[in-house]
Amino acid sequence: MSTSLDELLAQALQALATATDLMQLDAVRVHYLGKKGLFTDQMKELGKLDPEQRRTVGQVINQAKDRLQSELEAKKTALESAALSARLASERIDVTLAGRGQAVAGLHPVTTTLRRINKIFASVGFNVVEGPEIEDDYHNFEALNIPAHHPARAMHDTFYFDAHRVLRTHTSPVQIRVMESETPPLKVIAPGRVYRCDSDITHTPMFHQVEGFLVDTDVSFADLKGVVYEFLRAFFEKDIQVRFRPSYFPFTEPSAEVDIECVMCGGEGCRVCSHTGWLEVMGCGMIHPEVFKSVGIDSEQYSGFAFGMGVERLAMLRYGINDLRLFFENDLKFLQQFN
Amino acid sequence: MKISETWLRTYVNPAVTTDELVAQLTMAGLEVDSVEPAAAVFSGVVVGEVIDMEKHPDADKLRVCRVNVGEAEPLQIVCGAANVRVGLKIPAALCGAVLPQDFKIKKSKLRGVESFGMLCSEKELGLAADANGLMELADDAPVGVDIRDYLSLNDSIIEVDLTPNRADCLSVEGIAREVAVLNEMDWTATQFDNSAVAHAESLTVSVNAPEACPRYLGRLIKGVNPQAETPLWMQERLRRSGVRSLGAVVDVTNYVLIELGQPLHAFDAAKLSGGITVRYAQADEELALLNGQTIKLDTESLVIADDNQALALAGVMGGSESAVSDSTSDIFLECAFFTPQTIAGKARSFGLHTDSSHRFERGVDFTLQARAIERATQLIVDIAGGSVGAITEVTTEATLPNRDAVLLRKQRLEKTLGIAIADERVVSIFQRLGLAVETLADGWKVKPTGFRFDIAIEADLIEEIARIVGYNNLPNSSLLMRSSLGLATESVLELDRVKDLFVDRGYQEAITYSFVDEDIQQTIAPNDEVVRLKNPISADMAVMRTTLWCGLIKAALHNTNRQQNRVRLFETGLRFVQRDGETQQEKMLAGLALGSAYTEQWGEKTRKVDFFDVKADVEALFGLTGCEVQFVPAEQTALHPYQTAEIRNKDGQSIGWLGMLHPNLEKQLGFDSQVFLFELAQDLVLNKTPAKFKSLSKYPSVRRDLALLVNDDITANQLIDCIKNSNEPMLQDVVVFDIYRGKGVAEGCKSVALSITLQNDVQTLTDSEIDAIVSTLLDTLTQKTGAKLRD
Repeated sequence: MSTSLDELLAQALQALATATDLMQLDAVRVHYLGKKGLFTDQMKELGKLDPEQRRTVGQVINQAKDRLQSELEAKKTALESAALSARLASERIDVTLAGRGQAVAGLHPVTTTLRRINKIFASVGFNVVEGPEIEDDYHNFEALNIPAHHPARAMHDTFYFDAHRVLRTHTSPVQIRVMESETPPLKVIAPGRVYRCDSDITHTPMFHQVEGFLVDTDVSFADLKGVVYEFLRAFFEKDIQVRFRPSYFPFTEPSAEVDIECVMCGGEGCRVCSHTGWLEVMGCGMIHPEVFKSVGIDSEQYSGFAFGMGVERLAMLRYGINDLRLFFENDLKFLQQFN
Repeated sequence: MKISETWLRTYVNPAVTTDELVAQLTMAGLEVDSVEPAAAVFSGVVVGEVIDMEKHPDADKLRVCRVNVGEAEPLQIVCGAANVRVGLKIPAALCGAVLPQDFKIKKSKLRGVESFGMLCSEKELGLAADANGLMELADDAPVGVDIRDYLSLNDSIIEVDLTPNRADCLSVEGIAREVAVLNEMDWTATQFDNSAVAHAESLTVSVNAPEACPRYLGRLIKGVNPQAETPLWMQERLRRSGVRSLGAVVDVTNYVLIELGQPLHAFDAAKLSGGITVRYAQADEELALLNGQTIKLDTESLVIADDNQALALAGVMGGSESAVSDSTSDIFLECAFFTPQTIAGKARSFGLHTDSSHRFERGVDFTLQARAIERATQLIVDIAGGSVGAITEVTTEATLPNRDAVLLRKQRLEKTLGIAIADERVVSIFQRLGLAVETLADGWKVKPTGFRFDIAIEADLIEEIARIVGYNNLPNSSLLMRSSLGLATESVLELDRVKDLFVDRGYQEAITYSFVDEDIQQTIAPNDEVVRLKNPISADMAVMRTTLWCGLIKAALHNTNRQQNRVRLFETGLRFVQRDGETQQEKMLAGLALGSAYTEQWGEKTRKVDFFDVKADVEALFGLTGCEVQFVPAEQTALHPYQTAEIRNKDGQSIGWLGMLHPNLEKQLGFDSQVFLFELAQDLVLNKTPAKFKSLSKYPSVRRDLALLVNDDITANQLIDCIKNSNEPMLQDVVVFDIYRGKGVAEGCKSVALSITLQNDVQTLTDSEIDAIVSTLLDTLTQKTGAKLRD
């Protein structure tokens, strides 16, 4: 009896060893340990034995069964692990291949520059306001203290539609429009397209400006200087040298041009700064009493400052772009450099 | 304006270098554009005198000269210039001299004759672009003196870019005054003696327009030498101011203009008939100007006329007929004050810009005329002789500019600049600027002078103080002001977010010109009425765009012409349309896509971008706003008749277009692949509905799929709308998930697979409830669209 059990076990272990996958393994399990399996048959035979023998033989059979069972489990684990390894190996990919789908593009460098300017001023509560690009003579000139035939008009190379309508030559008319409709305190920046009838290597007939102004009681030239200085430091992310030069704009007084140390040469003098070490970046000044008068703000009660800057110029200095005309050709090879 | 530094320093000579002087001017608001040496670098050139001369034995055109250069022995120098002659004084370059462009002078032999130097022309010294023979020096030129010293060539030409308010600095004297203020030096304007009157002749002067010409001075100078040479010193000063020498009389008027800032004009007295009248021109009166141009005057043009005709456009330019020539011996010298308002814009309206108009329209000192005419007279007589007549003056005091005293409050000065300025400093600044100042209890009363046209209000005085103190010596303060909290609206989607969306979906942002080529504009939008520029810069920028597509198409072509076969661009900005007589400026958002749907990649089969790719991009925008829109089949002239959708909002209002560029235009514009375009009105698409919470259902949702047979012309929207409009409260969603045409579906029909999602908020839906809903929906579909359930 025990001999044949030993044989049976050896036979089963042999079958187990030759199984190469889980299905074969299961077949082995059913064949030996299933309801009609050979070990089960052996157990059924026990009933024919006397109780004494039955206990001893039963123990032997159970030992053999347990042995087979644990071998089966071990084999199963091994086979599962091998199957997983095979599956993983078959799923090998080249992770260096590019990802699929739509690539991200980018904003125009003028937009990026405008966003930074807006963000810097928004952080101290300036609101962004836009105005029309076809502007009337009154808002573009008259209300800004530039009457007809004023020599300053010659500096503006204006595009005309008729006697009264122009393409705005600057974003300053937005200052008038806001002051006409709102009451101080005002903190506004006005970005947008402006137009001058001028086209050569350093001028395009369209470009972008940001006008900014602040009106409140007790605003001084010192506040203007402080704001401009802080802005330029924030924009260039550098503790940059800044100087203010007296200048003339009909709509501000005192008026100033603002120079920064040349960002190309660090003030040493180079081609970009015409060997002066300085670069003109914006105009500014205290809002002229005539301008306040034209919008009905009492210049005794309120004072304010305004500033204006060329966005392309700032973008050129920031990113080292050397040709203004590239901004409007929209060549992908140019645009994609700023993505 | 260009001036010689040496000339400037004859007025006021502070102990500062050229660089420091230039920095002072720039930082006082007189921006220096450039500083150039007055002459190129050269050395070893002295004043020489030709004392003897003979023909070169072997060359017809050469002379062998003996030249006194102030040394013990004269030098033998061979010279080929035609104007060389005995007694002539010339610049002589000695052996060892280095001329401009590093040209070294050495002892040499010319056709066998030794030459110990070179006699020079203006060109060879870099003083002129070309020359005709040797430079002839004055007879009294001191032999042996270095030519750089003699001609004071160690000088800088300073070019000042003056702002329109600073007319007072349009002269050497004006800049000298400014330099004196900046260096706190004393200085007074030079006074000139009145010339002795030597004859009694004069011309009558009538001023018919005293409001335009408050002051007019004239005098006859008879018997001037028309051949008189302008002295070298004056020629040099003029040259350094960028003015060419044109003869003694004209040179003097130009010289006084630069020296004092007063434009003068000299008429050839022989060509005048009768007296001088300052009047407005008659309509269509003509005037031949000095520059050869003949202009047609109008009744707003002020002219100087004699009894017959207009002689000069007042304050702008003289006429050619009465101009001084090289045979003029009697001159009528004019020195007037024309008001800025009269001259402003006048020159420009005739396309002219002269040194004279430049000054008059900005403001010439109206107290200067007497001094200036005496100065010019003195110089003319010194150079060309002549007998001086009395000055005829017509002044209308009442029309001279006002110079009302301006009040400056101490407290206002401090408040504006953010710092107190010492009283003595304020007074001293005004005094040095030539302004009469009176100290009051709480400020100052300042009376501007004739040369300052920019001081009329308190702010003008504050600016003067700030300017002279120096902007950089004024404090900076940190922004301290009232603030209010900003808004964070949810009812409008920010444009920046939209831009980011398109960027993230692979569209590159473009910025194109707002004015476009009329041909492209016409091609794309032939029915739009355009707004036209009166003075376009070129034909391809002549009209304002009525659609952003014009610029995007041009930009796309720029790229396809440069080997880019995949272009995706978007732009935001205004379009300009003329509607009902009004110009509308509308904010738009537009995009363009052409080429492959995706960049070339290994995992996807390359395919061209199509309508639905671009539609998905546009729909993504509406995903952000949460606004319901409809894409309605429609026709648009620029687009493919069957691949165009008009986008409408819930109210049926058109808010934009999406479609394929019409194949005809695609070809005509020069594309070689399909182009998809969209354009949306920002104001209508960016409205956003803030989210509103709806409680979540605890019960499962069920999905039922329906395969419907419908006619081909029934749109997906019609089916979806039909279901949505049924107002079935359990309806959660309806989606088209397949379209099938072909075997099993009759010609002209299609099978549309819809999935309908139903859910009840308060209980689980039973099968019979679901069946009832689906059956009702099907009935509605059949009724409204003819849809039948596919077997």
